[in-house]
Amino acid sequence: MLTDITLGQYFPGNSLLHRMDARVKIVLLFFYIVGIFLFDNNWCYMLNTLLAVFLVGLSRLSPLMVLKAIKPLWWILLLTFIIQIFSVPGEVLMKVWIFDLTYEGLEKGFFISLRLILLIGVSSLLMFTTSPLMLTDALEALFKPLKKFGFPAHELAMMMTIALRFIPTLMEETDKIMKAQKSRGSDIGEGNLLAKAKSMIPILVPLFISAFRRADELAMAMEARSYRGGEGRTRMKAMRMHKSDGWAIGVMAAYMMACGAVYWLL
Amino acid sequence: MSIEVKNISYVYMPKSPYERLALDDVSITIPEGKITAIAGHTGSGKSTLIQHLNGLISPTSGSVLVDGVDIAAKGQAARAARRSVGMVFQYPEHQLFEETVEQDIAFGPKNYGMSPEEISERVRFAMDFVQLDYKEYSQRSPFQLSGGQMRRAAIAGVVALKPKYLVLDEPTAGLDPKGREELMQRIMKLHRQEKNTIILVSHSMDDIARFADNVVIMNRGRVLMEGTPHEVFVREDFIRQAGLDVPQITNIVKALKIRGWDISSNIYTMDEAVDAIFQAVKVPRRPGGTSADRSGGAEKC
Repeated sequence: MLTDITLGQYFPGNSLLHRMDARVKIVLLFFYIVGIFLFDNNWCYMLNTLLAVFLVGLSRLSPLMVLKAIKPLWWILLLTFIIQIFSVPGEVLMKVWIFDLTYEGLEKGFFISLRLILLIGVSSLLMFTTSPLMLTDALEALFKPLKKFGFPAHELAMMMTIALRFIPTLMEETDKIMKAQKSRGSDIGEGNLLAKAKSMIPILVPLFISAFRRADELAMAMEARSYRGGEGRTRMKAMRMHKSDGWAIGVMAAYMMACGAVYWLL
Repeated sequence: MSIEVKNISYVYMPKSPYERLALDDVSITIPEGKITAIAGHTGSGKSTLIQHLNGLISPTSGSVLVDGVDIAAKGQAARAARRSVGMVFQYPEHQLFEETVEQDIAFGPKNYGMSPEEISERVRFAMDFVQLDYKEYSQRSPFQLSGGQMRRAAIAGVVALKPKYLVLDEPTAGLDPKGREELMQRIMKLHRQEKNTIILVSHSMDDIARFADNVVIMNRGRVLMEGTPHEVFVREDFIRQAGLDVPQITNIVKALKIRGWDISSNIYTMDEAVDAIFQAVKVPRRPGGTSADRSGGAEKC
């Protein structure tokens, strides 16, 4: 039941996107997002969408998986769309009470929703094709230059790795505790708000206790293996760029230039 | 009456890359008043199967009937049927949450809407069953108990419901030999006293041979074999194929047979083995050796 959440989940595979260097993926995603916001005319949106569809195809994941990641944000999308279609002044298509539905609003609403969908879709593609470990390693590598200014790059990355690592474990634990308490006749999430909140206690108390116990055990295990921060630590899987990463950077640069050209020329 | 599992299949995480057929057309009957053991190596679908027995998960296809009532149905009868199956999960001590042992054991009876007098009686009954002294432990925090005591307090929380069918998922995992033996003896005592049905998930073939009336061997989400321990353990090749082993004593007896002893190889419990060995060496059996002495010794070898 709790295992159905897809956001932030890695789906192992061997596609080009899976094999790419995580650092390159993150940087390129950053540029893509900048591109979405910078080049906001219709032609560029078409290019953006095409690239997104191309990337989904490249990942060899089911497009349904990507759509599922967007699903939780459905209400935000709808709300943005409605606000846009009524708030942008222009040619009036329809009058609803005191609000005017405008053609410009419809257009704007559509593109802003599309922008959000692309944003979430492509970001979740990064999460789907990159293992959490690679992701945090890449972030650590990218933030390393900031260390000079006292930015705790390694510590943050380690914290993220641990947090990500324990999400599935704690989910499983929650699932198990919920089932155990249900077997003892507890009606979880039923009744009024107070009853609902109260029915969470038999789940939250054991969950917190187990989380603390795990944290304690993990700290001990790390110390036992002489963990002392990132100083002088080397990696078993060193991050290396391959030819495909070069190609990806090239494609992205060409795409950005094309977008820029379309944006400023048209 | 009995629990009938009819052709259930269960797909784990459908429509995702992790999709897996956890149960594949499983049909078993768990007779009332008997001890049924379910064995299988990790990932064979044991845990998934037992969670179907009280409706914690619903089968993708097929149905589970408890005393003839489909537990997937709506209404009071199905609810009562689901509640007649008590479930003790692996490491049940991880579900303790109340301030005192008494309150934690009372959690289930309270949810079932029992009167305060009945709840108090059930708590005493359950604590007595797991050998936690009421006076000494009822007002303690469950988190101050030792590991073994926590396990027993958690089991008491399910026993207090007096379920007609009691499912125990590896109840002795992680306990020391003495704790294991004690817990198994208490479960057997409860079984004799309350005439309830026990469903025991276990890796220990020695325990299964000693206690179970019926064995279900699971392998890769399917039922590989079902029958009495004698019927099942005869097919050693099947057992090994499922990643399991026959009881240790059977291996010892077989080794003796290979060395030329005149001894039957279909021996699965310590009791049978002792009898057979006495017979083989033609020495009359010493009177007074109780079965508890010997089975206690079994844990050490």
